[in-house]
Amino acid sequence: MAPEIPDRPPPRLETGAFGWVRRNLLWPWYNAVLTALSLLLAWSAAKPFWNWAVANATLTLDPAVARQHTGAAWGYIRDTWPIFMTGIYPAEERWRPLAALVLVLALAGLSLLPRLRRGRALRLAWLASPLAVFALIHGGGFTGLPAVETHYWGGLMLTVLLSVVAMAAAFPLSVLLALGRTSELPVARPFCVAYIEVVRGVPLITILFMASVVLPLFLPSDVKLDKVMRAMVGITLFFAAYLAENIRGGLQGIPKGQYEAADALGMGYWKKMTVVILPQALRIVIPPMVNNFIAILKDTSLVGIVGLMDLLQIAFATTSSPKWFGRLEEANVFIAFWYWVLCYGMSSYSARLERKIPSADR
Amino acid sequence: MNQRPAPPQVPFWRSPQGRAWTFQIAMLAAFLWLVAAAYSNVLANLESRGISSGFKFLRNEAGFRIGETMGVPLPGWGVFVILAALAAGLAASRLMARRARSTPGPRGDAWFAAGVLACAGLPVLALWLTRDAVDVAHYSETSSYGLALAVGLLNTLKVTLIGCVASTFLGLLVALGRLSPNWLLRTLCRWYVELNRNLPVLLQLFFWYFIVLQHLPDVRNSLSLGEWAFLNKRGLYVPALVPLDGAWPFCAALLAALAAAVVLRRRSRRLRDETGAPGRWVVPGACLLLALPALSWLAAGQPFALELPALKGFNFQGGTGLSPEFTALVVGLTVYVSAFNAEIIRSGIQAVPKGQREAARALAMGEGQVLRLVVLPQAMRVIVPPMTSEYLAIAKSSSLAVAIGYPDFVSVGGTVLNQSGQSIEVVGIWMGVYLAISLVISLGMNIYNRRVALVER
Repeated sequence: MAPEIPDRPPPRLETGAFGWVRRNLLWPWYNAVLTALSLLLAWSAAKPFWNWAVANATLTLDPAVARQHTGAAWGYIRDTWPIFMTGIYPAEERWRPLAALVLVLALAGLSLLPRLRRGRALRLAWLASPLAVFALIHGGGFTGLPAVETHYWGGLMLTVLLSVVAMAAAFPLSVLLALGRTSELPVARPFCVAYIEVVRGVPLITILFMASVVLPLFLPSDVKLDKVMRAMVGITLFFAAYLAENIRGGLQGIPKGQYEAADALGMGYWKKMTVVILPQALRIVIPPMVNNFIAILKDTSLVGIVGLMDLLQIAFATTSSPKWFGRLEEANVFIAFWYWVLCYGMSSYSARLERKIPSADR
Repeated sequence: MNQRPAPPQVPFWRSPQGRAWTFQIAMLAAFLWLVAAAYSNVLANLESRGISSGFKFLRNEAGFRIGETMGVPLPGWGVFVILAALAAGLAASRLMARRARSTPGPRGDAWFAAGVLACAGLPVLALWLTRDAVDVAHYSETSSYGLALAVGLLNTLKVTLIGCVASTFLGLLVALGRLSPNWLLRTLCRWYVELNRNLPVLLQLFFWYFIVLQHLPDVRNSLSLGEWAFLNKRGLYVPALVPLDGAWPFCAALLAALAAAVVLRRRSRRLRDETGAPGRWVVPGACLLLALPALSWLAAGQPFALELPALKGFNFQGGTGLSPEFTALVVGLTVYVSAFNAEIIRSGIQAVPKGQREAARALAMGEGQVLRLVVLPQAMRVIVPPMTSEYLAIAKSSSLAVAIGYPDFVSVGGTVLNQSGQSIEVVGIWMGVYLAISLVISLGMNIYNRRVALVER
């Protein structure tokens, strides 16, 4: 019997940190060139940013002191961040949006508890939460709080409210549109097709202009919709069309046998849809719907063009005041941070869902 | 007797069809009622504001300045002549190509050459004949609202076209970077995508316009590339090609040569497929491409002059100036969309099964051939449909120009809307035109898609 040859260790060049560096960065020769070029690129972008944002930056609340430094004046953010959060919402009432936020976060936290998640109480609480949030932020009426009209709303609060309301309102509309488009009704189907295709073919800005300039003409003269409501209507109508196409994709992904089985059980159209088809279809399209939500959040930044005080407009408002004049860089970084955290958070959550959901079926 | 029991009578409104119709009629009635209510409201509201409806206002004098204008070619009878010549040329070349196929040998080749000439020459001739028939209108403050809108539309199309091409190439680069075995490059490209995808495009436009461009040096200290290009706060200045007298014949000759080269290539490909003879088109095509323009250059004299931008007084004179608004819009849109395009291209390339590459290599194809003949054609099927949506998105997002003051279609329309108060008409024109642009883009991409799509039985 031949003597057993012991395994030799792999060459030192191929293992460990050294091997990793060689494999990923240095070999073959053109990879080393690419590495050098990438380093140069990263360095040339990162170094000025580092100098500006950290090395030469100040945290002082005194603009005069900040002006003596070449870097960022983060004191500007320290000074104005409440405005970024709620816009020109009266300062002494700012606890109300905060309370609304705490309320929603508390509900979300409770939903993480498996025992409560299945309970009816939590579901009712979620259903009641929009009313509670509105009552807190708007006030007036039965609440006993001084009313804060919508034109005082702004900043991140407005951005999030606009996108949440648009998502919530666009959802049922888009389900109807998708059902209409996939149905065989000779009147309803072309209507839905036309609506979806027209809305998807025009820019959001024109829809916003329509909502802010043309919509009032269509309404009786005694009905007054304020600017925020008009923007909400516009964004909702816009995203319903995009959402409807996603849901249509989900509907098309349901095997015909499911429809036939529901028919065989003698279900009517609405029962078949709400009990059998839609739950499955909507589950398939959760990831694209999250993408849609990201798009809504990003696109609410356009409402500034029709005169609302969203995050971007706050940046212009606070940097045109004499105190912190021209600190647009800091403002942009701050806004970018919020958008990025929210959008990246949602997209990585959707990626996780995408990995999780099919495995439940297969 | 075998008698089937009569089916129970279901009232019409409880049968599925009956319910569907009831529902639809109710829907139609509700819709009509809404339209009628809106219509009467509009009439009342317009009357109370003293606005007359209709499109007559398009003839009124605009009276405002537009920062960037292009000459608007107004279609005249020349358009019909050119279209007719195009059709005639195509028909003639078809006929002669059939003749060429049925008569082999040099006579067939002669027929073929005549076909090529007809196909390329007739439209060029028509272009040459009608060059003065197409009126080019230049916008000024005394022009009409209609012309102002046309200028805005041309500006939109310019941004869209450049944005589509540039974002595709940038996206391809980033996609290749993300597929690179080099960890550092891969990571950089990943963060490029994550950063751009998750920030609103409007924020990015503001970043380019208010921050990057504002930090550029002023006019006196422009960044320069020799004497050729200058970059400063007021924009980018590059040399301009000024057409001289010879420009028309030169362009016509270039067009004709291009058309002829394309036809040559198609013919040699077909010959190769039919007979197996190696199709040679590169050398004759290149000769054609060089010879025709060169001849016209010699015959008609110098066609273009190169005009360099030069600092005179407080600003640059001569050359082509790209305004900061235009630059910011194009750069911002390109960077934003390139992140999406990169992901689309990457997913397309990754969708090609690994076995396909391995099989191609086993057939001794070179790396370039593998990419060109095996990977890309299959990746295209995955890439083209979502890429169409991105091109549509560029066309639509270019409307954000209004936020940084570039006079695009929406921006000019907004001014018209504010001045004339014709909000319904202007919004209607916006929607109609954007729908038409979207339609044209998706039509073109669908035709292309049909060519690259999987051919199935």
